[in-house]
Amino acid sequence: MLEIEIDGKKTEVSDGATVMDAAHQLGIFVPHFCYHKKLSIAANCRMCLVQVEKAPKPLPACATPVTNGMKVFTHSEAAVKAQKGVMEFLLINHPLDCPICDQGGECQLQDLSVGYGQSAARYQEEKRVVVNKNLGPLIATDMTRCIHCTRCVRFTQEIAGWQEMGQAFRGEHAEIMPFIEKTVDSELSGNVIDLCPVGALTSKPFRFAARTWELSRRKSVSPHDGLGANLIVQVKHDRVLRVLPLENEDVNECWLSDKDRFSYEALNSKARLTKPMLKQCGEWREVDWQTALEFIGTDLKRVVREHGTASFGALASPHSTLEELHLLQKFVRGAGSENIDCRLRQTDFSLDGKGITPWLGMPVAEIPMLDRVLVVGSFLRKDHPLLAQRLRQAAKKFTRVSLLHVADDDQLINLHAKSIVAPSALAMELAGIVKAVAEIKGVTVDAALAGVQPTAAAKAIAESLASGEKGAVFLGNFAQQHVQSATLHALAQKLADLTGARFGYLGEAANSVGGYVAKAVPGTSGLNAARMLAAPCRAYFVLHAEPELDCANPQQALTALKGADLVVAMTPFKTRALDYAHVILPIAPFTETSGSFINTEGRVQSFHAVVKPQGETRPAWKVLRVLGNLLGLAGFEQDNSETVRDEALGGMTGSVAERLNNRAEGIAVSLAPTAPALQPKLERVADVPIHFADPLARRAPSLQMTRDAAPPAARMNAATLAKLGLTAGAQVKVSLGGTAVLAVQLDAGVPDGCVRVAAGHELTSGLGPMQGELTVERA
Amino acid sequence: MGALGFILNAEEGERSWRLAEYVKRGGYSALKKIIDENIPPENIVAELKKSSLRGRGGAGFPTGLKWSFMPRQFPGAKYVVCNSDEGEPGTFKDRDILRWNPHMVIEGMIIAGYAMGCARGYNYIHGEIWEIYKRFEEALEEARAAKLLGPNILGSDFSFELQAHHGYGAYICGEETALLESIEGKKGQPRFKPPFPASFGLYGKPTTINNTETFASVPYIINQGGEKFLELGKPNNGGTKLFSVSGHVNRPGNFEVPMGTPFRDLLEMAGGMRSGRKLKGVIPGGSSSPVLPADVIMECTLDYDSIAKAGSMLGSGAVIVMDETTCMVRALERLSYFYFEESCGQCTPCREGTGWLYRVVHRIEHGEGRPEDLDLLNSVTENIMGRTICALGDAASMPVRGFLKHFGAEFEYHIQNKKCLVPEDVQRAGSGFFKAA
Repeated sequence: MLEIEIDGKKTEVSDGATVMDAAHQLGIFVPHFCYHKKLSIAANCRMCLVQVEKAPKPLPACATPVTNGMKVFTHSEAAVKAQKGVMEFLLINHPLDCPICDQGGECQLQDLSVGYGQSAARYQEEKRVVVNKNLGPLIATDMTRCIHCTRCVRFTQEIAGWQEMGQAFRGEHAEIMPFIEKTVDSELSGNVIDLCPVGALTSKPFRFAARTWELSRRKSVSPHDGLGANLIVQVKHDRVLRVLPLENEDVNECWLSDKDRFSYEALNSKARLTKPMLKQCGEWREVDWQTALEFIGTDLKRVVREHGTASFGALASPHSTLEELHLLQKFVRGAGSENIDCRLRQTDFSLDGKGITPWLGMPVAEIPMLDRVLVVGSFLRKDHPLLAQRLRQAAKKFTRVSLLHVADDDQLINLHAKSIVAPSALAMELAGIVKAVAEIKGVTVDAALAGVQPTAAAKAIAESLASGEKGAVFLGNFAQQHVQSATLHALAQKLADLTGARFGYLGEAANSVGGYVAKAVPGTSGLNAARMLAAPCRAYFVLHAEPELDCANPQQALTALKGADLVVAMTPFKTRALDYAHVILPIAPFTETSGSFINTEGRVQSFHAVVKPQGETRPAWKVLRVLGNLLGLAGFEQDNSETVRDEALGGMTGSVAERLNNRAEGIAVSLAPTAPALQPKLERVADVPIHFADPLARRAPSLQMTRDAAPPAARMNAATLAKLGLTAGAQVKVSLGGTAVLAVQLDAGVPDGCVRVAAGHELTSGLGPMQGELTVERA
Repeated sequence: MGALGFILNAEEGERSWRLAEYVKRGGYSALKKIIDENIPPENIVAELKKSSLRGRGGAGFPTGLKWSFMPRQFPGAKYVVCNSDEGEPGTFKDRDILRWNPHMVIEGMIIAGYAMGCARGYNYIHGEIWEIYKRFEEALEEARAAKLLGPNILGSDFSFELQAHHGYGAYICGEETALLESIEGKKGQPRFKPPFPASFGLYGKPTTINNTETFASVPYIINQGGEKFLELGKPNNGGTKLFSVSGHVNRPGNFEVPMGTPFRDLLEMAGGMRSGRKLKGVIPGGSSSPVLPADVIMECTLDYDSIAKAGSMLGSGAVIVMDETTCMVRALERLSYFYFEESCGQCTPCREGTGWLYRVVHRIEHGEGRPEDLDLLNSVTENIMGRTICALGDAASMPVRGFLKHFGAEFEYHIQNKKCLVPEDVQRAGSGFFKAA
């Protein structure tokens, strides 16, 4: 420990701490621009110059290591003179166009210039003008305002893992820019807007929409991936105008993915449904709630009477709130059915009934403490942008991260080992890793693994896992959607047991865990999502989901829904439910209702509505409550969402981690390639691209303009292309339980014999299952 | 070239840069001595300390001390780097050393590698002297062929590999950490220190960086002993030093003289003032050192301490001589423009301040000066100096302060009269660039 005195206050800091760290510890503010706690030290703005006893010149607090007995003055005459000198330099070429600058009111330069700037400028020469850059659809630029702090540059390099910006040219001509003719395409790019201390980088969708002081700041939780990033939603006149990160070191740190940040645009889009709609005599009519709900009550009773209670089922999106899922399952069960599921993309349900509630298996914040990690079946960077970011930082230190997956996308993580195989070979490869670890550990393996021959890549991953002390094995979204997900689970669990590693799932959606907690999964007699669609029900409730995009087999889903007697679609948007539903109810998106999401680590995060519901929109939990009453069901008397939540949680608060369980004994490992989906000639690799993964993201215009939202193509490697006699750019008809016409694209990261065709998009919704044998022919 | 010199002891035309010629002049005997006598590395560093050799790149840091900073027991790679990126206006000595005597630098670097336990070295050569880079590459080939460089030098178990690396002409790459960044393939921008290169240098490994002339002095010290070298100069200022004399003298060029030689002797060696005109001022150590007026510099001797006492710096030994026909405002304008263009733009005071300085001086030179401008210039330099990551900010400020201190009246005249104290025709007559009308 080192002793330091700053402005007369004494404290102790650990070796290697900087003067800035010590000042933070003492609660002393040192003005700064380039310094950021999550980024490397640049020491280039010079705003944090402080006086250090015995030092001949002022030193930057951010970069000066504390020495024992050091005395620092942050507000002495010498320090303030240096700080004011720097401020003057920063302002000479700054346009001072605060009245028309979006950063005005939340600008570090503006704030600090009040304390350190002069009222009149001594600089009388012409100011520098810098041409703006096109950074893509999310980030607006006014590069003349740039003060060259390089926070954005360091962010892309260090946090996003891919340097997309840099400082070109020298001296006064220096410019921050992306690479020539390139935009900033990282899925974390929006964070540079927060990092920019001036108005050089601002939000393009928010541009000129409001001044910051007109906005209310309201807390919320991101409804997208399993992390549940904490949000500050900014609101004016009951409209969401901007979303910012709410710092939570245990969840999202100070970051947001672009999806978390910009999906709010969908909330104000024309695609919003604002009145209940009823289809009568083949015509859609806007009706009042009373009419719509009474129609549902009557019709549902009729269907149940005619076809039995088992003919009624509910499909819920895992992006629904805990309260919505709880009341929906209560409603379904109250109506006498067990057919409810929120695992819409899952195909293998053989783990059901074994007491498994898939979750991360550990707190998110402990990821950096792991020394070995294996991620199985995950488009990591796009499925879990901020969890991937944590792994990226961990991999820079002592964590060895390995990946077993079906596509060689660049995760921008310094991977220790990786194995990329076809989906049909995924379980076998994982078995190889298990077997190799067992051999290293000198343990005998199950009979099912007797014939497995580990590949070189599997051995490398096994060696890494076996040599660690604090490891973890995570199953990603792809593994959960895989036709052999139970086998993958059993193998991963075995692997974790052999290596003493933690074992968990990277939760697919904001409330994947909540779905289990709320029991929005079928009971023993009920039908799961796949069976509900394979052997169609007569009546369906669809909550927040777009089955034609969100289900494992969109074609089957569409057929089932079109053939039903009653389909009630509860959605904030005008979806394709217009093609198959009988009633569409406008329900509130996450910003217009109170609710809770349980993230992948079991953290219950509740939030309030931040704006009033648009038009006649109503929170789904209220709608379900009224429906329950309408049908005369018991237990629908809740006055507020908190009561619903407490009921769903059964008395738990804060975290439900201790109620969650990933482990079960006696899961059958079936490696024998019997199912036709496991021995295809040409098989599908299906990802769910980041901005097509849920209804909100799909309708956010700016997100849909990013590179990540490029229309799906039939992607294959050169060998597969040659074998099929195709060239990139050709139009092909892809068939798998349906057809889609797509452009061919060369992608060296797709395994041999595979065609990567994304799911979740209109263009590919004509196809059937996400996994299986497909055929490709010229269109 | 001075007869006393040991660095520039080779004359043009006799292919002095060839290995055979260098050996004839006693070259590589220091290296042979070290290998044959198996001299311990610490003795070499001790000898350097004894010699009082100070870094020839400009800062004058004691070389022996610098070498002793290298962590002896460091387990990984360590590097020795030669800074041949001289780019400051007025400086042109390193190119002549490399042009006529490249093997002396190579030998010095090999010895440095031996003394500090480095297996690899780089010589970073300024980008605008391509022919010298090529000549150095040829010299490296000769040395490798003669087993003086590479694995098992002269049959010993000491191995050292040396590579040349050329820059692209950025002045800032002469700053040692910017130079390291440039070798690493990055944009040449100085690093914040600490950590210093001795602990975190090239590719994050311990690195020692010395000037070309410094390395060229090493073989002599090994052969003749540190004391002999010290005796060449004066206490605390050992050895001989190259001075690049330019400006209004009859015989501009490089002169190697003992440290402590009176300035008037150097001026005489350079053929005295052109056309017998009166000396006005001298920039004694490269364009970043403050100018000294004639009466002050004529009393100085050429060593670190004497020039420092007079209020300037010996720097790299680039002596810019200006006679009475010089307009000091125009001279400063040119210098300020150089620093404005060469600032790397990384840190605020230098990026913004150098442009400000240049614009104000430019305005004064063009008859648009204001009475408050001189105070403004002084104040701006105060806000730059000591506030930046590297020394370029200081380098841009010191000439401004020097010119204002000694020739302030000339600036005031410019501001008041919107023209120069030195009449235009006199300036034209004195300048090599303007033909008399």
